[in-house]
Amino acid sequence: MVTLLLKRLLGLLLTLLVASALIFFVLDLLPGDPARFILGVNATPETVAALRTQMGLDAPPLARFLTWLFGMVRGDFGLSYTQRAPVAALIAERLWVSLPLTLFAMLLSVVVGLPIGILAARHQGRATDTALMTLAQLAIAIPNFWFGMLLVLLFAITWKLLPPGGFIPWGENFWAAARALVLPGIALALPQAAILARVMRTALVDVQTMDFIRTARAKGMTRGQAVWRHGVRNALLPVLTILGLQFAFLVAGAVIVENVFYLPGLGRLIFTAIGERDLVLVRGAVIVLVVGVTATMFLVDIAYALVDPRLRSRGAQ
Amino acid sequence: MTTETTALSGRPSLLRHPGLLIGVLGTAAFAMLALVSLFWVPYPIERIAIAERFLAPSAAHWLGTDSFGRDMLSLLMSGTLTSLFVAVIAVAIGAGIGVPLGLLAASWAGPAEWLALRLSDFLFAFPAVITAILLTALFGPGAINAMIAIGIFNIPVFARVARGGALNIRVLDFIGAARLAGLGPWSIATRHLLPNIAGLVIVQATIQLSLGILAEAGLSYIGLGTQPPATSLGLMLRDAQSLFLLQPSLTYVPGLAVVLIVISLNLAGDGLRDALDPRLRRVDAGRAA
Repeated sequence: MVTLLLKRLLGLLLTLLVASALIFFVLDLLPGDPARFILGVNATPETVAALRTQMGLDAPPLARFLTWLFGMVRGDFGLSYTQRAPVAALIAERLWVSLPLTLFAMLLSVVVGLPIGILAARHQGRATDTALMTLAQLAIAIPNFWFGMLLVLLFAITWKLLPPGGFIPWGENFWAAARALVLPGIALALPQAAILARVMRTALVDVQTMDFIRTARAKGMTRGQAVWRHGVRNALLPVLTILGLQFAFLVAGAVIVENVFYLPGLGRLIFTAIGERDLVLVRGAVIVLVVGVTATMFLVDIAYALVDPRLRSRGAQ
Repeated sequence: MTTETTALSGRPSLLRHPGLLIGVLGTAAFAMLALVSLFWVPYPIERIAIAERFLAPSAAHWLGTDSFGRDMLSLLMSGTLTSLFVAVIAVAIGAGIGVPLGLLAASWAGPAEWLALRLSDFLFAFPAVITAILLTALFGPGAINAMIAIGIFNIPVFARVARGGALNIRVLDFIGAARLAGLGPWSIATRHLLPNIAGLVIVQATIQLSLGILAEAGLSYIGLGTQPPATSLGLMLRDAQSLFLLQPSLTYVPGLAVVLIVISLNLAGDGLRDALDPRLRRVDAGRAA
């Protein structure tokens, strides 16, 4: 188990190193001189050169990459040219919106998706199954941001139950902040819940034909008991894989759904930064997204080994 | 369930899988609509007529007009073409790079396999939105960025499918026979593995096409994809966004189009998988019938 953990951790660090190098050097190709951008078109070449030295832009690319990398390890993501503020602080502020939104959507998709999948599998081939899976098929096909618009029309405009958009900081009014995330969370969660339901159903249907379920039945368990005690745990393996992939989709989806609800999340920070060519901010925000996605994959790998003892021993070999 | 399955088993596979039939017909209908827009649309999509804006559906404008007085049906036809085109190119990129990568990983054990797997794992860390953000920061927004971003996202998906399929086939006797006959790994991969995993790859391509349609819509909606004066389903939704509280119906046409195309593609993909995989056909027989 420890060997597996170390191996995976090494893989995670390697991925992050390559990813940050890629992001750094890709954005380094970006045309435009940040020093000139800050000083404006009227600045003399001497002042621009002086600022370039001060900002460390004169150093060779590799040195600048290493400075950036080690800065990030210490929590220093550099200064944003346009906002004149530390990138880490700007990102942290936005994460207070994006992270709760993503986690809420993840929780919602699990709480809704898994029971539906189990229900459908228990009624496999019957009307309940067909109805639930048809609904799932529909839910997968709806673009989450369009679904968000429809939710606004229904819950905010027609029924006036929830705010149509915008965000009040958590510190000012906790409930208003939580309420602002409800509709975006539902919009984000819907397709993911549908995917989870389908995966859960397929996995359970597969498991039900296994010998150990028959053994459990032979030992006197009812069908429900056998599926619940032995089936669900085994069916959770593929579900776990999908859950890890889904986090990536949710992170990406949040960037899009934020726009429907005018939420000040990471996505809108990135779009402003791209518009203003603020590459320090763009690369800081992108690396945070990449870390979020890869770290989740890592956790899923570990969780996988915890659920399936066979993988534990394989990793130790 | 059993009787129905036996009763139907003699018929051609399309009829035994109604989902597949509906999916193929739906996809074909939208593809036709898109292709016709190459030669003819009811009104040119660049034509702006403010006096005719927000018209309800009528004989002159079957789906009404948008906030610039543009004909919604014409926009829908051209938009579907762009969306499908982006998704198809993205699948071509993903399969073109991913399938060889997966076969490579399956055929050569050791460092090549390790490298191919790590590369595919690595690409998983880049959802299409992140790649699109990087590309847009570099080159400015455009439909080509969306194609590349979605394509890169597709690579590891196809690599996994190809490797998984190839590993299952590699243990079969005829591969051993081919090796005994003196075929090298490359010939085995192209002559024996590739044709045998083609079905898997086609099914996956259908699913990635539908994901591509959704991804294109998302990217264009946030301004990282198709740019005016061209249009796409996502861009139509972006245009409708600022007015959707006043004119919600403008979002219905592109939104429903996305839903219908994606459902069609998914039904086609599921149906194909069932038709190609006898094991799944048995399990799903109840639902299919």
